Amino acid sequence: MFISVTCSLFSGGFLSYFSGFFGNKERRILILGLDGAGKTTILYRLQVGEVVTTIPTIGFNVETVAYKNLKFQVWDLGGQTSIRPYWRCYYSNTDAIIYVVDSMDRDRIGISKQELVSMLEEDELKKAILVVFANKQDIEGAMTVSEVTSALGLTALKNRKYQIFKTSAIKGEGLDEAMEWLSNTVLQPK
Amino acid sequence: MMLKRDKKEEEDGGNPFNNLEKSSVLQEARIFNETPINPRRCGHILTKILYLINQGETIGATEATEAFFAMTKLFQSKDTTLRRLVYLGIKEMSKIANDVIIVTSSLMKDMTGKEDQFRGPSIRALCSITDHMMLQSIERYMKQAIVDKVSAVSSAALVSSLHLSHVSQEVTKRWVNEAQEAVNSDNMMVQYHALGLLYHIRKKDKLAVNKLVSKFSKHSLRSPYAYCLLIRIASKLIEEEDAGSESPMFDFIENCLRHKNEMVIYEAAHAIVNMKNTTAKDLAPAVSVLQLFCGSPKPTLRFAAVRTLNKVAMKHPAAVTACNLDLESLITDVNRSIATLAITTLLKTGNESSVDRLMKQISSFMSEISDEFKIVVVHAIRSLCAKFPRKHNVLMTFLSSMLRDEGGFDYKRAIVDCIITVIEENPEAKEAGLAHLCEFIEDCEHTVLATRILHLLGREGPRTPSPSKYIRFIYNRVILENAAVRAAAVSAIAKFGAHCDELLPSCVVLLERCQLDTDDEVRDRATFYVSILKQQQKSLNSAYILNGLQVSVVGLERAVHNYTLEPSETPFDLKSVPLATQTMTEQKTVTSRDTGDMGMTKTVDKPVASRVDVYAEQLSAVPELANLGPLFRSSQPVELTESETEYVVQCIKHTFSHYLVFQFDCTNTLNDQLLENVSVHMDGSDGFEVMKYINCSNLPYDKPGTTYTLVRLPEEPTSVTGTFTCTLKFIVKDCDPNTGEPDDEGYEDEYVLEDVEVNVADHVQKVIKANFGASWEEVGPENELEDTYALSSMSTLEEAVKNIIQYLGMQPCERSDKVPEGKSSHTLYLAGVFRGGHDALVRAKLALTDDSGVTMQLTVRSTDPNVSEVLATAIA
Repeated sequence: MFISVTCSLFSGGFLSYFSGFFGNKERRILILGLDGAGKTTILYRLQVGEVVTTIPTIGFNVETVAYKNLKFQVWDLGGQTSIRPYWRCYYSNTDAIIYVVDSMDRDRIGISKQELVSMLEEDELKKAILVVFANKQDIEGAMTVSEVTSALGLTALKNRKYQIFKTSAIKGEGLDEAMEWLSNTVLQPK
Repeated sequence: MMLKRDKKEEEDGGNPFNNLEKSSVLQEARIFNETPINPRRCGHILTKILYLINQGETIGATEATEAFFAMTKLFQSKDTTLRRLVYLGIKEMSKIANDVIIVTSSLMKDMTGKEDQFRGPSIRALCSITDHMMLQSIERYMKQAIVDKVSAVSSAALVSSLHLSHVSQEVTKRWVNEAQEAVNSDNMMVQYHALGLLYHIRKKDKLAVNKLVSKFSKHSLRSPYAYCLLIRIASKLIEEEDAGSESPMFDFIENCLRHKNEMVIYEAAHAIVNMKNTTAKDLAPAVSVLQLFCGSPKPTLRFAAVRTLNKVAMKHPAAVTACNLDLESLITDVNRSIATLAITTLLKTGNESSVDRLMKQISSFMSEISDEFKIVVVHAIRSLCAKFPRKHNVLMTFLSSMLRDEGGFDYKRAIVDCIITVIEENPEAKEAGLAHLCEFIEDCEHTVLATRILHLLGREGPRTPSPSKYIRFIYNRVILENAAVRAAAVSAIAKFGAHCDELLPSCVVLLERCQLDTDDEVRDRATFYVSILKQQQKSLNSAYILNGLQVSVVGLERAVHNYTLEPSETPFDLKSVPLATQTMTEQKTVTSRDTGDMGMTKTVDKPVASRVDVYAEQLSAVPELANLGPLFRSSQPVELTESETEYVVQCIKHTFSHYLVFQFDCTNTLNDQLLENVSVHMDGSDGFEVMKYINCSNLPYDKPGTTYTLVRLPEEPTSVTGTFTCTLKFIVKDCDPNTGEPDDEGYEDEYVLEDVEVNVADHVQKVIKANFGASWEEVGPENELEDTYALSSMSTLEEAVKNIIQYLGMQPCERSDKVPEGKSSHTLYLAGVFRGGHDALVRAKLALTDDSGVTMQLTVRSTDPNVSEVLATAIA
């Protein structure tokens, strides 16, 4: 008991010291979600701050995104049914998951939930932080944050640091707040 | 100790990738998954994987997929070297790993990105992972890349399009406008690649290719590579159209001889000298260009020139003679390859007196040149032997010393082939040649060559003046060699015993010793031969030892397979198996005579099944023709129409035991007609009865179709020949030439074809009897017929021999089809099998008379009296 406490204390202290010194250690983030949710648009909005024209992602895009003094290595994986099975190839060493939901797509929110739940069951993602983006809030009639929360069953999550944000990748709304929360949470000792 | 290490280093050859192990390298590849990435280390491991794949290591799909997905993690690194290695890795693994489309988006981003170094390679990688379904989604990007300003990007896109067109011709066809634009590029490579793509898109359409060539031959291209390609396209067109120097394409090629770039000049000269229909006048400018190159200070040009001249010398020795002086000066060239080619060219063009001098020159550096060039020398010697038979002594000695030297399998095989050819063509060289081969097999590490030589010794040895001297060499093989060689040696010994009575007791003793061999095949053969030889019957010796089975192996396999599928009380009938049609010697002459290779000549594949086997398969697929029994013989196709008529019809005659099937291959060359219910009506000879017409239900424009006519042979066994008049009958439906839509209503019409002849030769299958004398005794004089004829229309023995062979359709044996020069008499030996499986042998003694042409005494032996009669009366 005694030993384990000192260990955790020591390691925690060591980590924070480390991150202050090497503030640019890259964190690994996956952006996942069904096709057409806006994952690629979010990635490039985060990286270059602009809206780029996208086509359905066959495979993945990977970019380095700097936020404040942190560096993130962000993997945007394609959301088409045929690509989803390959997500698991990229789970290992992941610090955080950005799960993007199309708030207008009420028909498929159920499928989105299933994908989220089965993904979170994976061992490799046990310690990953979850950030849900209820995207496309700029469109009238979109589901609200609480609707999305309950549709995805987020309240049932246990042993997981998570937060949901309402975002609009097109307008650039909500992304800053989400990244702010994400950076702070990533830096907290596990 | 020191020595040992030196040796080890020598063996390693300083290659850091030697002794790589696949499993450990793939294990190492797992660090691709780690973050952060160490580009140097990952690059090194990726290089190892590429090395293994390129060394031919097979990586299973699961392993490859795992490594592939690990490799995709490397996309996070910005390191240019590593990224470019990743592109290579994707290309190499695209065919062995699963789910490679996972990198599609990443590659599409790189091909349109800012980093030019990434764009070309990513295009190539992307095209290698793209299949038919995905092609549409990258189409827009490919079109843009083809016309990109950066030449490396444009070239990469063009060449990748070329590869993609194997996947989907349809999609790449739509990129023709972009390719057109790229042809106008200032960059040499882009222009060349664009022309290549344009040609590839249009190559099925001859008219379009013609236009392409004439367009670009006028508006001058900048790129010499594009010029070379255009020359190749033009010469291929000339070849396909069978045109000669009057073609406008030829003018273009000839003009290229005056181009300022040496590569273009050479390509043009090479194209001209390799054309089929050229006169001495057409060749002269090309040869003089090559002659000029022979004196060039650049070794590459000298090499190219002399290599081309070497090939030309086979076909047009006279044209090359003009370069003899220049070639003489190349004999001592410091580059041994050039010197070898120069000498062998001179050997082909020179006269008999220079042979000794040149052979001496060449032997001075034989040890310094590579096997490939040694083979060139061997081929030159082979053609020399044919040209100057009197020089066989010098040449044989040279060949035997070459046999003794170090060399690889191909080289040794070339020498052995050459000696065998000389032995067969020149009886005077036989004994010396056999002696050299005997010496060779005493120390021969190639089983194929040893068995081949043993087979030859068995065939030729017994008929030499002193056969006993070969036995020792052969029996040594039994003691010293592997099982395959021992078995061949046993067969050879048996042949000596069967042919030479005085050697029989000793051969039997030797064979009895072989019955104790450790190998099954060797023991079986020995037991079989001993029991046959002990019978001391000439006919058994001939049938089972000297001449062997004559069936087609593929046919035998199928027949036995069918027999086992349908068990029956009757024993298997060997006569139902199709005979081997192509004899060994015929095949050899086909393969060994390669006329100069063009950049684009197609390679002829060796037939696996013989023609009869193929036809038998096709005919048995037609239900009406399936039950006619085994197919005995199929004739060569005969044209029944002129080549440029409305309908083109070819006839192939298939002979069965009691029936003839006439196969008519028809082509409709009118694009405004559709023919239906096509058949060929036959009318003619007594006794032949038309049983059935099998129609070709429709014959659209330019799509060949087949109709059959089944005829029963006459009851009378000696009436076998006849003439048939043939009429093509059909229903015509006119079509709209633009849409190809046929009218609903048609009308009957017919078209008269040329007559079809059925000859004696249609009932006879050629078989080669290696030992004619033995077969002659085997068949015996029971059904012998003999008659004397005056062949007044023949003026030479060669002509008579040729006509008799053609008329009887039998196989000349013992090389009796070659009439020695200056003789006034000759004996021709022919062997064959008559329809129904009756052996037939013919001996024709020919004599040249002063007044009445050639006199022939014809003796026929057969196992069936009717067959003897048919053959004996055939000539009359």
